[in-house]
Amino acid sequence: MLRLPGEDHMINDCLTRRQMLQRLGLMIGLAGGLRLPARSSARAQGLGAVGNALVSLTPAEAETLRAIIARIIPADENGPGALEARADRFIDRALAGALKNQRSTYVAGLAALDAYAQSAKGSTFAKLPASDQDFILTEIQFNRAAGFDGGSGQFFNLVRTHTIQGTFSDPFYGGNENFIGWDLIGYPGARVVVSPNLQRMDIKPESSRKSAYDYGMFNKGEV
Amino acid sequence: MATALKKTNVVIIGLGAAGGIACLPIAQSGLEVIGLEAGSWLDTKDMAPDELKLNRGLWPPGPQKTKLEGITARANASQTAIRLNHPMMNAVGGTSVHYWAQSWRLNPWDFKVRSETMRRYGASRIPKGSTIEDWPITYEELEPYYDKVEYEIGVSGKAGNIGGKKDERGNVFEGSRKREYPLSPLRTSGFMERMIAAGKSLGWHTFVAPAAITSRPYNGRPGCAYHGYCSGAGCHVSAKSSTAVTTIPKAMKAGKFTVVTEARVTTIEVDNNGRIAGVNYLKGGQEYFQPADAVLVASYAYENVRLLLLSKSKAYPNGLSNNHGQVGKHYFSHNQGGAVSALFPFNLNNWYGTPAQGIAIDNWADDNFDHSVLDFIGGGNLYVYTERRPMAAVNGVQTWMQGGPNWGSKWKAFVKENADRWNVAYLQKTTLPYEDNYLDLDPVVKDPLGFPVIRITAEYKDNERKIGTFIAEKMRQWYMAAGAARVNGDGNVAGGMFASTHAYGGTRMGDNPETNVVDRWGFSHEAPNLGILGGSVMGTSGARNPTETLQALAWRTAEHLVQGWKNIVK
Repeated sequence: MLRLPGEDHMINDCLTRRQMLQRLGLMIGLAGGLRLPARSSARAQGLGAVGNALVSLTPAEAETLRAIIARIIPADENGPGALEARADRFIDRALAGALKNQRSTYVAGLAALDAYAQSAKGSTFAKLPASDQDFILTEIQFNRAAGFDGGSGQFFNLVRTHTIQGTFSDPFYGGNENFIGWDLIGYPGARVVVSPNLQRMDIKPESSRKSAYDYGMFNKGEV
Repeated sequence: MATALKKTNVVIIGLGAAGGIACLPIAQSGLEVIGLEAGSWLDTKDMAPDELKLNRGLWPPGPQKTKLEGITARANASQTAIRLNHPMMNAVGGTSVHYWAQSWRLNPWDFKVRSETMRRYGASRIPKGSTIEDWPITYEELEPYYDKVEYEIGVSGKAGNIGGKKDERGNVFEGSRKREYPLSPLRTSGFMERMIAAGKSLGWHTFVAPAAITSRPYNGRPGCAYHGYCSGAGCHVSAKSSTAVTTIPKAMKAGKFTVVTEARVTTIEVDNNGRIAGVNYLKGGQEYFQPADAVLVASYAYENVRLLLLSKSKAYPNGLSNNHGQVGKHYFSHNQGGAVSALFPFNLNNWYGTPAQGIAIDNWADDNFDHSVLDFIGGGNLYVYTERRPMAAVNGVQTWMQGGPNWGSKWKAFVKENADRWNVAYLQKTTLPYEDNYLDLDPVVKDPLGFPVIRITAEYKDNERKIGTFIAEKMRQWYMAAGAARVNGDGNVAGGMFASTHAYGGTRMGDNPETNVVDRWGFSHEAPNLGILGGSVMGTSGARNPTETLQALAWRTAEHLVQGWKNIVK
């Protein structure tokens, strides 16, 4: 199975990656007649570069988003958080795919959040210290921040839901990097067969460290 | 103009849990049978253990008639009904493709609730306003068909009563069965073993619940993989005994059985004598008329009622088989509300498994205990099970934060500690039919074809509320005995009895045509070549999942059609 540099958890997701490449206007050699090794290496090269490139958000929007998710599930004494799990990448990719209808909500919401941070604390959100960021997010969660279509709490809940999805869903979707989310709660990974020992209470089951799509049995969904 | 097709012997409308059973004895008899299914064949490649895909509404794949048609519901006639999502799925195999696969026989008491209540406690104990009747058949009459279903599809369990001989390893409260289950019970997990010990410490009888899932290889299918993505998802190894992988393919091999997928039945046609002539359906934008000697309606309870009410004719001006005004009456859904949940001070390792891998207690179900000094009849089945998915684990913890934060470091620490420490019991309780709980056509809301959708008017009554409170207390005791630190839920149910995966009544079975739509064989009292399958014929719920009962009934109705063919089709 094809493994891509720096993308160990993202396996063989050709179609979606190709769509991303098209979106970015990159060209890779997928023409018929290419020998497989050449094709693989070409694809790996192109895709490796795409792996961390933004597909929906602008760099500024992504910076704000990263700062938000880093407070929703922070890295702390209990281990890495949503940022380390790359929930931002999950959201960015989903906004070009399964959640594309919510892209405009994100663009407007992130702008409103920065504007609110500017008016309340004198800086864009990402540049504020953590305590100010938490204050801003609390105001937004409890609908006390102006400038949001449909109320600020609604936007907070949307980002929170997607941060949880990006941290705890199958790594296939671009988040849960290195199984950070699953390790946090002790979920021992996707399996297609589970032995009796893995259901005992007197052991801590070892993680499979696998995505559902590592097993090669299933059709992939839209990222 | 509809294209008229060549006449066939039998049309089955819907190839789910019920229709998917009925096709087998009919095909085996040599009769020609056509199954019209609104959904399509599903592929195990689309059954990935992927929580996000399931949450995003990408399951079930294929056309979903139920999503187009929907349902409306209200608690009582003074309210305006609101639109709800339909709880069932369309596919070959229907909801048996993704159900929990708990596969129970009803308790013998469930077939004669009225007469047994009057005999043991007096007529005054029949709850006010209830239209409950005894079934026209007994548990003993249905037993051979339960047996056929269990052996045909593959049900795993331990008998607790074979020929009257009780066995503590099974459910000692169950009715007498002819023989052991074809498959040993699903295995126990550590959490289940803890709950077994806790139940025993209370002096209650615990047992591994029966499941329509193979505990070991059976009829060419492998044993269960216990991988944790069973609920609301198809089985990637076909260990779940849905009709799509058991009786339907067997019927296709056995005889002249044609499956027509993506066929949406709109009306049933009758002739001038009030006999069924055939069915109209849409497929690929085309209208077809399929003539048939006999028709079995086997869609879900809501659609069975809707299809009859939409099929108006000179012979049946108020809807097919509704000249006594009983179609839609005696409707109820299962009282599964009033959740009880627990938080333990240790991890349960409840990841993986399947909801049918569970431990049950029947001491407080049906009439298994004395109700003399109580103010309700019936009871509930206590049930705990395995299967926990990561996002559900994270979100489920929130209730235990008691209004605390739902983000940030404090929340994260709580989630980390407790994601695998909570549990929710599944409590199914006796539910009765009442004169003012019913189904009819919504006067306002229509589907995209312009046909009215079905409307539920139903609410919980005192008997259901009292059972809820009583059962919640029993469940609390069980959890506490297992070492729970906290237990939530007082079992209170109130208000509307909305759309359910356990819908009963609407075309009730009974000898009296004044109060029932179908006779003791499942055939219409009014249109003799019309059979009805599914929960809509059931007059009581019992305290357990309806699927195996409606499958046994479907087999019995199909067998009656075959054996009485000459009389039924004339």
